[in-house]
Amino acid sequence: MPDFIAQWLNQNDIFTAMTIMEYWDGLVTTVHLVFLSLVIGLAVAVPLAIMRTVRNPFISGPVWLYTYLFRGTPLLIQLYIIYYGLAQIEGIQETFWWEIFREPFYPALLAFTLNTAAYTTEIIRGAIVSTPHGEIEAAKAYGMNWFLRMRRIVLPSAARRAVQAYSNEVIFMLHASAIASVVTIVDLTGAARNIYSRFYAPFDAFLFVALLYMLLTFALVFAFRKLENHLLKHQRPLSS
Amino acid sequence: MKKLIVAATCALAMMTGGVQAQERDLRIAFDVPYEPFEYKDDNGELTGFEVELAEAMCEEMNANCEFVIQAWDGMIPGLLARKFDLIMSSMSITPERAERVLFSEPYYNTPGGWFGPEGFSTDVTDMDAMKGKTVGVQRGTTMDTYVTENMGGIVTIKRYTTADDMVLDLEGQRLDVVFVDYPVGEQTVLSKEGFKEVAEPVKLGEGVGVAMRKRDKDLAEEINAALATLKEDGTYDTIMKKYFAYDIKM
Repeated sequence: MPDFIAQWLNQNDIFTAMTIMEYWDGLVTTVHLVFLSLVIGLAVAVPLAIMRTVRNPFISGPVWLYTYLFRGTPLLIQLYIIYYGLAQIEGIQETFWWEIFREPFYPALLAFTLNTAAYTTEIIRGAIVSTPHGEIEAAKAYGMNWFLRMRRIVLPSAARRAVQAYSNEVIFMLHASAIASVVTIVDLTGAARNIYSRFYAPFDAFLFVALLYMLLTFALVFAFRKLENHLLKHQRPLSS
Repeated sequence: MKKLIVAATCALAMMTGGVQAQERDLRIAFDVPYEPFEYKDDNGELTGFEVELAEAMCEEMNANCEFVIQAWDGMIPGLLARKFDLIMSSMSITPERAERVLFSEPYYNTPGGWFGPEGFSTDVTDMDAMKGKTVGVQRGTTMDTYVTENMGGIVTIKRYTTADDMVLDLEGQRLDVVFVDYPVGEQTVLSKEGFKEVAEPVKLGEGVGVAMRKRDKDLAEEINAALATLKEDGTYDTIMKKYFAYDIKM
């Protein structure tokens, strides 16, 4: 560690090595939680989005209801229902489910995943629906069946159209994860709240954590710009 | 209620007009509900041990008091931002807090209490036996500091914003035991079926004082004088006996 940082830490009441470690643990928890919920959410959302575009109402209807419910209620309420609600079910403490839902991590992961999957489903559905007819007709003319058409034409094309909206969803999810601290998870916000309540220094504790969220957001924005550049290479004007 | 108090103090001021040269306006903040210290009764009126003590104190100081509801998280910032002048909301005197605010002499002290389910039989002072247990505390309380300093790394500490959330997790068996301000535990945990006090209460800290801004040194003297009078003339004891079966006087 550079000398001037060590010196500054020594003079500082609040940002000691110990509190910095608390923030670091919080950062790890936040990244862990958000990353897992986004990956699982995306994996669930792709098939759901395809189901949502199917004409048969018995297939698209339940998916519509799911996205309607989860986009229609605040994430905080969903988290409360899953965390406190599940613990109230008679006898759940005796089942193996309790091993999973005793700790706050999995209820929060479940709530975040279900929430982000609902939004992502709608984003991908929108992209699938707006596939140009010409592309599908051309695929049919080549004799591709539905599955091959989906895999080779519709989904890659939809991914290009969805990526910008999806990057927003990822950033919203990162910021929404701040509510994990209400169910005793010590994520970034939880660490900030603990440190705030110990030193009664709201500016120091929360400005520092805001800075950390900002750094995470910039990293995400940067990564998505790279991804967009890659996916949308064909749309760039020819450079000399 | 607020209006009533203002009206009452106004009437009192008119009756005794001329005797006192000037009156102070004081806004006092409480975090409700925190039974039995401050809560709303069935008619929605603010009451409780600290509320009644504040009323008596205001009368003693001949001050115009207005009561403000403020959530615990924003208590000290609100005081420093001049949203109110005094905090009488069970704020324990700690060195960290004393850096930010000025405390009066303590006016009560309650111990921290250990509460858990009927089947809990571990000795909470035996660190080997407590290893791996999950303990719930309210974030930023003296109980939090005690557990963090004495049992950090041995037990898993879960910190809650409100006592209600903590009791829900104790009922849901996410917590083995909670360490909470004794009267609060008595009201929230012991009132439920299947829970008991699992260890002797622990005396913590220097007690609870009235918090005010650091520059209000004159006000602190007036408050100390008023509290001393109330403790001596029996007013304090009368109010205390209404709410507690045991002694919390300091």
